[in-house]
Amino acid sequence: MLTLLWLVPIPPLISFTLISLFTRRSRRLSHWVALAAAGLSWLGSMLLFAWAIGQQNLANDPLTTAINFLPTGDTWLQIGVLLDPLSALTLFFVAWTILMIFIYSIGYHNFGQPAGAHDLPGLPPHGVEVAGAHSREPSVEPLYSRFFAFISLFAFAMFALVVTDNLLVLYAAWEIMGLCSYLLIGFWYARPSARDAAVKAFLTTRVGDMFMLLGMVILYTITGTLNYREILANPGVLGSLATNISPVLGLSWAALIGLLIFAGTVGKSAQFPLHTWLPDAMEGPTPVSAMIHAATMVSAGVFLSARFFPLITAGWEQGHLLTTPMLVMAIIGAFTALFAALIALGQRDIKRVLAYSTISQLGYMVAALGIGAYTAAVFHLFTHAFFKALLFLGSGSVIHGMEHGKLATGDTADQQDMFSMGGLRGKMPLTFYTFLAGALSLAGFPLLTAGFWSKDEILSSAFNGNYLIIFITLALSAFITAFYSARQLTLTFLGQPRTPSAKHAHESRHVMTLPLAVLAFFAIVAGWFGVPEDFPVLGGVLPNFIGEFLGGAHAAETGHFNPIPLLVSIVASLGGLYLGWLVHRHQSAAAVDPLKRGLGVFFTAFEHKFWVDEFYRLALIRPATWLAEVAVPWIDLNILDGSLHAIGRFGSWLGSTFRRVLDIPVANGVPDGAASLTKWSGGKLRLTQTGRVQQYLVSSLMLVVLAGLIVMLVLNG
Amino acid sequence: MIPLSWYLLVAAALFCIGLFGVLARKNVIGILMGIELMLNAVNINLLAFWSYLYSEQVNGLVFAAIVFAAAAAETAVGLGLVLSAYRRRGTVIADELDTMKG
Amino acid sequence: MSAAQVIFILVAAVTLFSAVMVVSVRRMMHAALWLIVTLLGVAVLFVLLQVGFFAVVQVLIYIGAIAILIIFAIMLTRQVMSENVPQLNRGWVAGLAAAGGLMVILALAFRDFPNVMDTRMGDPAAADAARLGLALSDPNGFAIPFEVASILLVAALIGTIYIALERKGGGQ
Repeated sequence: MLTLLWLVPIPPLISFTLISLFTRRSRRLSHWVALAAAGLSWLGSMLLFAWAIGQQNLANDPLTTAINFLPTGDTWLQIGVLLDPLSALTLFFVAWTILMIFIYSIGYHNFGQPAGAHDLPGLPPHGVEVAGAHSREPSVEPLYSRFFAFISLFAFAMFALVVTDNLLVLYAAWEIMGLCSYLLIGFWYARPSARDAAVKAFLTTRVGDMFMLLGMVILYTITGTLNYREILANPGVLGSLATNISPVLGLSWAALIGLLIFAGTVGKSAQFPLHTWLPDAMEGPTPVSAMIHAATMVSAGVFLSARFFPLITAGWEQGHLLTTPMLVMAIIGAFTALFAALIALGQRDIKRVLAYSTISQLGYMVAALGIGAYTAAVFHLFTHAFFKALLFLGSGSVIHGMEHGKLATGDTADQQDMFSMGGLRGKMPLTFYTFLAGALSLAGFPLLTAGFWSKDEILSSAFNGNYLIIFITLALSAFITAFYSARQLTLTFLGQPRTPSAKHAHESRHVMTLPLAVLAFFAIVAGWFGVPEDFPVLGGVLPNFIGEFLGGAHAAETGHFNPIPLLVSIVASLGGLYLGWLVHRHQSAAAVDPLKRGLGVFFTAFEHKFWVDEFYRLALIRPATWLAEVAVPWIDLNILDGSLHAIGRFGSWLGSTFRRVLDIPVANGVPDGAASLTKWSGGKLRLTQTGRVQQYLVSSLMLVVLAGLIVMLVLNG
Repeated sequence: MIPLSWYLLVAAALFCIGLFGVLARKNVIGILMGIELMLNAVNINLLAFWSYLYSEQVNGLVFAAIVFAAAAAETAVGLGLVLSAYRRRGTVIADELDTMKG
Repeated sequence: MSAAQVIFILVAAVTLFSAVMVVSVRRMMHAALWLIVTLLGVAVLFVLLQVGFFAVVQVLIYIGAIAILIIFAIMLTRQVMSENVPQLNRGWVAGLAAAGGLMVILALAFRDFPNVMDTRMGDPAAADAARLGLALSDPNGFAIPFEVASILLVAALIGTIYIALERKGGGQ
């Protein structure tokens, strides 16, 4: 089992290497390698999960081992693997969704179709001429193998993140996922919008990651380890972190680190204010949106916060005041849930609605963690992965159908705009039914769907804990969620086709619809294993497996069954669905969006995403580009270069001055002067050498006379 | 009767006249004649001192005799040189014998 | 003023006058002749000094040999100089000044000598030639200087012959 735990992330890594290096040319080989890898990891995950649920008290006694990795002075930094209930459950849904998405991608990228004559790598394929007819068919993606290489790398990172037992590997895997997200959002790199979206995603999550790294550093500095068990399962460490006060704002160390690590979640799980990257990330192919931005990568953010739940709740007890990180999480989560749901109301693009929906649902999970409802949050994470992946893959199928119709008819409608669709129920029945299952689950359709059970548990926890503002906010968001789910369903599938593309759409290939069916199964059934025992009638029919499995380490948070949150939940869900269907039922092609008429200026705000992007551009991006393009080059050119030039000029001035003042006059001048003095004096003295003896005699005699006079007169008185 | 100083003065005067001749004569032979005068003055001086003060010793006489011999030898050599120079340079004017000019 | 003094003054005057003539006349032959007169005057002074032997030596050697030699040299180098140009060179004033200065010094120097005003001469028999001869040949006396002087004469002799020898084929 331990070996299996180590091995689970490896097959996708090997797949990535093989595809990148060897099988790029062959599309078939590439996707089989990727599928085999995903299949192997899936198998391993299933085995581990089966083993895990058979264990008693796995939460307190998880399967774990570690090896020495980095020498750090006297000790070693160890890395290893950990299997506890949280990671086992996560492995389950991650493995299933990744496998389904891999299979789906084969059909999405039109494997088996001929290559388009005008298809360029870096742009989405736009059809190939059908011999003999005046229409076109979808063509295969030019960069097919590259896609499978990237998603394999991503799968490796996600599995690694789930099985690891320390923050270091988690952070490394986190960053690899960020890289893959960048590569895959910008998969069609010849489109400027895709490139910009990729950079935006990377940079925005980077902001969160920076704070998370700071939290990690502080944690390591204080505790000397990054291992989960040593920090989180150690009451002594948690206690000391909770009671010692940090220098920042009077928070305890636990609160500070918890907030910083939550900042990573805010970035990765697209919470307000770092949510702006996720809608733009829809530029990537739909399988990418499904996998990365619905089921797995954004879930990693919530996963991290769930992992660090003991640290975040250090010093908190049920019923008491929330700790600072919990409070922050609850507020941000609830706010994001409502905020994103409202924006989703104003969107026309089928994928954008789902993107904001994801942000909203993640807000639910974050808020649940914030109020201490650990089991509810993880349960919702579990169910959300299935139905959100289903919804994205379904929307991909719809888009494919629309594209087929577009290529066949030569229509110019936007194949992703819901207002160009309609009546697809008849054209694409399988897609419709699976999409219905997903949409109902998202809306929390009572009793049947998984989404209901998990969402209800969150609402119950909020209500029972007396966090009424949170409760009301989340309930309102649930209503709006149901409304826009119905809006999406109605506009896309019901009614009459509004454009020729919609009229000529047809069902997708089996390789695409089969994953939809599997995921639909989970979207409905997965919730049945989390029914609380004291639920009327249905409680106890199926074991509350999830509650027990997860809740082993935490006290029962949901408390007694209370009918009020249940009723609110049912009303919000059914009411929202009905209203949504009602408003959009008779939408015709040319009519304006009914919500626009109804909500007026509010709708404009929703449509424009509350102008958050515009605000960021004005407040952050323009000053930054000004700094980079104007201020810093000016500094560089004038001050830095200027000072260098000045030093250079000073140096050469100094040199020439020394030469002028010292070298030439003194160092040259003195010897030259001595030489010319000698020469001059020699020239003058030479004149005495006349060669005439008599003159020599005269001069010597003169001196004798002089000496004699001196002797006579001076010395002898 | 004759004070020693008179002899000494005469010798000094003769010496200086000879010196003047050495310094101022153009002709080389004239210079040599000046040298002869100087040597004679020296002899007078020597003998005067011997005669007045040291007549019991013989040193003065010997010195004067040696001076005679030296003067004779020197004059002979000098004139030989003059003749040789006359033959080589064609002149006996001292100023023209200035090949040592610097 | 005694007779000796008068004679002395006369002889001294003649000697000094002819010495001045030696150094100032234009024609070399005349200068040589004036030199002979000077030498004669010096000889007379020697007689007055009661060293008659040296007077004779003076006449014999100086006049008889050296002055004749000078006359020979003058005759051999006659054609060069014209007879009537001034015989003093350009710097004769400096020479005069130097000589005059030396005269002054010597005159002043005499004043400090002891016994300089002595008028009594020594024993006239002291200037005995035999005595001189004995001194010159006595090994404990002055034999060595005598020998050295003779070597000097030999050297001078040989040297002069060599220098003045006319080379075969004309000397330049």
